[in-house]
Amino acid sequence: MSPSAASEAVYNSPNYLNAEAGIRSWLTTRDHKRIAVMYLGLVVAAFALGGFFALLIRVELLTPGPTIMDAMTYNRMFTLHGVIMIFLFMIPAIPGVFGNFFLPLMLGAQDVAFPRINLFTVYLYLIGAAIAVWGMIQGGTDTGWTFYTPYSTTTVTTVAPVLLGAFILGMSSILTGVNFIVTIHTLRAPGLTWMRLPLFVWAIYATSIIQVLATPVLGMTLLLVAVEKAFGFGIFDPARGGDPILFQHLFWFYSHPAVYIMVLPAMAVVSEVVQAFARKNIFGYKAVAFSSLGIAFVGFFVWGHHLFTSGQSTFASGIFGVLSMFVGIFTAIKVFNWTATLYKGAIHVAAPFVYFLGFLYFLMFGGLTGIALSTVSLDVHWQDTYFVVAHFHFIMVGATIMAFLAGLHYWWPKMFGRMYSERWALAAAVLVILGFNATFIPQFLLGNMGMPRRYYSYPEQFWPLNVASTAGASLLAFGFLIVLIYLVTSLVNGKVAGPNPWGSRGYEWNTPSPPNVLNFPETPVITRGAHEYQDPPAEATHAH
Amino acid sequence: MHTEAAGSPHLAHHFPSLEQQEHAARMGMWLFLSTEVLLFTVLFTAYAVYRYLFPVGFEAASRLAHVAVGATNTVVLITSSLTVALAIYYARRGDSRKTVALLAVTIAFGAVFMVLKAYEYHHHFVDGQLPGKFYHYAGLKGPGVSMYFTLYFLMTGLHGLHVLIGMGVLAWVAARAARGEFGRAYSTPVELGGLYWHLVDLIWIFLFPLLYLL
Repeated sequence: MSPSAASEAVYNSPNYLNAEAGIRSWLTTRDHKRIAVMYLGLVVAAFALGGFFALLIRVELLTPGPTIMDAMTYNRMFTLHGVIMIFLFMIPAIPGVFGNFFLPLMLGAQDVAFPRINLFTVYLYLIGAAIAVWGMIQGGTDTGWTFYTPYSTTTVTTVAPVLLGAFILGMSSILTGVNFIVTIHTLRAPGLTWMRLPLFVWAIYATSIIQVLATPVLGMTLLLVAVEKAFGFGIFDPARGGDPILFQHLFWFYSHPAVYIMVLPAMAVVSEVVQAFARKNIFGYKAVAFSSLGIAFVGFFVWGHHLFTSGQSTFASGIFGVLSMFVGIFTAIKVFNWTATLYKGAIHVAAPFVYFLGFLYFLMFGGLTGIALSTVSLDVHWQDTYFVVAHFHFIMVGATIMAFLAGLHYWWPKMFGRMYSERWALAAAVLVILGFNATFIPQFLLGNMGMPRRYYSYPEQFWPLNVASTAGASLLAFGFLIVLIYLVTSLVNGKVAGPNPWGSRGYEWNTPSPPNVLNFPETPVITRGAHEYQDPPAEATHAH
Repeated sequence: MHTEAAGSPHLAHHFPSLEQQEHAARMGMWLFLSTEVLLFTVLFTAYAVYRYLFPVGFEAASRLAHVAVGATNTVVLITSSLTVALAIYYARRGDSRKTVALLAVTIAFGAVFMVLKAYEYHHHFVDGQLPGKFYHYAGLKGPGVSMYFTLYFLMTGLHGLHVLIGMGVLAWVAARAARGEFGRAYSTPVELGGLYWHLVDLIWIFLFPLLYLL
């Protein structure tokens, strides 16, 4: 960790945050670290907006009948919530923020392969978000984020701008994926073999493959819906010979792998956090690394499990159901390895570790309900109920948010050079985890009782559990608010973190906090894997 | 490291060598091309599904396509792939004059393709052979016929857009070549532009039999 004599000068040189001043220097930057910070601001804003709509939905569902809005507004609200959370937060969050910031640092590289394209993805994100949000204000899409035809092509609300926005956001996601794959292939420092790569890099690599290979399919499909809506070409319209089920196939061919675009980066973060806070090398490095690729691969062959009740043949449903369970195998491999990493580790219970535990819980709970849902005979009963809503919120929201917060707390001192209040962080972590459970466990029960998703009103028997869910959502929102407050204030009055406050052996901690504009004064030569805690701490990973 | 990096004006600060940078650029381009293929895959899938649902309608409707014009366009595009490949060859040898000339010929072939395509579109429009609800051609009715034209216009339209983008890319590369930016040491942009053009050509080679011959 101690800087070498050669890099001493650079330690005194300006860090990436104050190297250049002014908005303009940020808007034209090609520094992956500044781009990551811009992504952080954008995705947190999107999360706040999506969360606000979620709260409005929960308030509306507080009573069985109309509460604060009419049915059409309600439909628009859950569409806004879904579109914003998925396309503007979940998909870009971890790759955009932590991928951008730490991929080059973990590879011993000065930047990603295509820094200009990297900046371009931020602008694509902004343009896509602006068009989508504008469309929502103008007409307010009421189709849900899935845009199912023929409803989406016949609804009176405006759909095209939201589709176009999602298409542009998809381009942003594709270019990020291309950039990361090329970076990992071409910019590894000398000595950094594939088997020495941090597990974060492996999982981001797997994510990028899905981003590149699945997103174009969604983009084209959404454009077809927009064309259909605008011109009535009949491509998904049964009245003109079109097949609405074809849309569902094309949509889920992307949108199921997209779940892994959200969860694999979460696994990436967690693989780093567990090693740093157990002070122990990962158990089963290769198994964790390759299971990421396994999930990415199998993820392309499971989309049919969204179509169990669409008239798909029982045989096809059976195949898709079994293939879906394979995802469970790869996920279980990871869970067992993370758990085994804890065994005989020197565990340091800090906020990131608490979020790691929360992650394991949500991943397991969400994953096991996923196995249940992939069983065709059970799914037929749960299809389009709150059980499905609770399931995917547990696995793709719960797990991803836990990992996002774990990463944010773990890397916050590296990114901004300041420590946050540990006491507040632990309190907020408990609130968030409890709030999440209180929101969605009632929804599991509601779904099992038969309450359909996306309904505006419901029979009185569902009332108590809906009240419980809304109460949980408020607790959750309160928890997030606390996180926001102590993190922002830590920028001003937080304790100076120093280069490595956690004593982590990840490659990225061999830089000052915050890192310099130029990541490394000289190209590092890697002589061992990341997180090798068996060696004495004085051993630096840089060869000089 | 960075004194060595200053050797070429084309080398970005974060790459240790020009060779590695070109490797990265090429790899990025191939990945991008794979996303382009997947973009078209949606339309190919839709084609397969609707062809399976309406075999008779599709076969009858494809007889309305102008095979002679389509065949000419196929020859035009394949020839343009040859000229762009030659442009890359001369760019690597440092012959900017021939590079620019061959790129100009390629762009001209692209323009010929678009003109012939516009001719076909014009006839389909005049005859009312149009997508979905706009279809009003009296000579052929039946299920699947208007769907054929939906896919015909979507597939050739998206492809035509790619031809136009490809022409733009090649024009930009040609302008840079004319300024003498490329030589023996560095000609990657010509190569990448050429790759894109080959993709445009390749997609047409699939579109032609599917829409005109089958």
